[in-house]
Amino acid sequence: MSASLPAVSRLAQPAEGAAAKLSSRVSLPRRHSFYEAMWGWALIAPALVFLVVLFFLPVIGVFVIAFSDWQFGASSLSFVGLANFREVIFDEGFRASLINTVVYVVMVVPGTVLAGLLIALLIESSHSCRALYRAVHFLPFMATATAMAISWEALLHPTIGLVNHSLAALGLPVANWLRDETTVLPVLAVIGIWQNLGYAMVLFMAGLKSIPLDLYDAADVDGADHWLDRLRTVTIPMLGPVSMFVVIVVALRAFETFDTVQILTQGGPGHSSEMLLYTIYRESFEYLRAGYGAAVAIVFLAIVVALTLLQARSMDKRVHYQ
Amino acid sequence: MSAIRLSPAAAILRHGVLVLTSAFILVPFVWMVSLSLKSPGEIFRATFSVLPAQFYGVDNYAKAITSVPLPGYMGNGLLVCALILAAQILVCAPAAYALAKLKFWGRDFIFAMVLVGLLLPHQVLSLPLFILCYKLGILNTYLALVIPYVVSPFGIFLFRQFFRKIPDDIVHAARLDGLTELAIVWKIMVPMALPAVIAFSIFSVVAHWNDLFWPLIAVRDGHLMPAPLGIMAFKNEEAGNDYGPLMAASTLVVAPLLIAFLAAQKWFVEGMTGGSVK
Repeated sequence: MSASLPAVSRLAQPAEGAAAKLSSRVSLPRRHSFYEAMWGWALIAPALVFLVVLFFLPVIGVFVIAFSDWQFGASSLSFVGLANFREVIFDEGFRASLINTVVYVVMVVPGTVLAGLLIALLIESSHSCRALYRAVHFLPFMATATAMAISWEALLHPTIGLVNHSLAALGLPVANWLRDETTVLPVLAVIGIWQNLGYAMVLFMAGLKSIPLDLYDAADVDGADHWLDRLRTVTIPMLGPVSMFVVIVVALRAFETFDTVQILTQGGPGHSSEMLLYTIYRESFEYLRAGYGAAVAIVFLAIVVALTLLQARSMDKRVHYQ
Repeated sequence: MSAIRLSPAAAILRHGVLVLTSAFILVPFVWMVSLSLKSPGEIFRATFSVLPAQFYGVDNYAKAITSVPLPGYMGNGLLVCALILAAQILVCAPAAYALAKLKFWGRDFIFAMVLVGLLLPHQVLSLPLFILCYKLGILNTYLALVIPYVVSPFGIFLFRQFFRKIPDDIVHAARLDGLTELAIVWKIMVPMALPAVIAFSIFSVVAHWNDLFWPLIAVRDGHLMPAPLGIMAFKNEEAGNDYGPLMAASTLVVAPLLIAFLAAQKWFVEGMTGGSVK
């Protein structure tokens, strides 16, 4: 900033002279707009080429594969309509995967959002240890999920894990958490909440900071001076738009869960912890069923796009709101 | 909220709950480090403690570094993250400048393409990208790990937002000063939007250091694997029984980001939440 500002005064005059000379041949605005357009295209060209090659052609590719009989190594393909989708929908594995994913998301989202909100409210309610608590709760969000999944596996180990040791010491029943059909998905959901609650927390903390203090003063004057009244009359209503945003962002992250499934369960036992992204990976790259994998990918894409568009709408609302 | 003074009882309750949730958050980290310091005999003993009875850390970490090519995995991760980030900034900053400050035919359409790109999860594109890498003959090379990420719609979007806030007068002055548009991008725009560049860099490095999905598809050779794929391979090889070295390896993979986070918390929170937290 400081380097470029003196340039304005220093160069304003000679440049005007040069511009006057130019304008005698080509009108300045036209020449300038041509120059600007050329630069615009030149600067955006690399990004545009990569966007087309790495995003738009692959999207078309997924649809082509999903609606055709193409297989790895095939040099030709013919369109088969909805055959791949029919196979997917009637496949027990896919239905289990879709249901598991939805159940997992339905467990992770409320857990993450409520825990994130509670922790954000508690941390912001006083100055003491605020930075420490915030840092601690945010740690799992950036820690390598693969490595942390390995640690979770050790914690949940049926014989040497801390979880079963502690439960046994308290006289509570133990379980083989990751090998039991009834516990595996809730356990993955707990890990999902553990990973994401810090993210929900920082989003809520930002939301809390944006609430005008006058509102609390006004509530005070109106007799809402107990902390519960303040929470009910000011904080929670004012966090409404942020909450909508947090719910969708956390849902998106939950839908994209892959690492914990791959490391801890590989979808098992049976299909009981199979989730969409893992199904896409396994069908496409381990079983090499390209058409099947692409069809599942399109189902996944539809869910993610729907959620993202909802998020964009909730962001719009937030902007109008302020 | 900050104006409230808590009563002693409320303050105790606040700390009580937060200490409990902090413990829940920290247990996997503590357990990971604790196991990385213990001998196999102690890990499989019925009783347990956080601190090792017999310090076995040197053996475990030595094994994680020597018998597993962990430094190689981490070096791969560092190289791939650096190449991806460099390519993303090189590609995205000029594009964002063109979208923010230049008028040209088709600009709005290209910006719409960037927004559509933001919608697309990379995992959905993995099958065609795999085929593309196969056709280019770059599967199982560093290029396969980098190429799919050289352009980031999020990067273009974020930089454009910041560049738009820079006054047009500064751009005009730079032009009169004789700077080309490309020079304006690198000498004026990027330095002035440094917070955005740092936030984006953190976002990008964290995402790709931690990524398992695409490396699992793109490389098979052990000497090309980034850290998450490397420790996954180590875990499968050891059939999950050699916990000490496995936990030492996990600790070493997680440590760099956590240390960086503790050193620059504000930047990390901003980067990881996509600039939605200011």
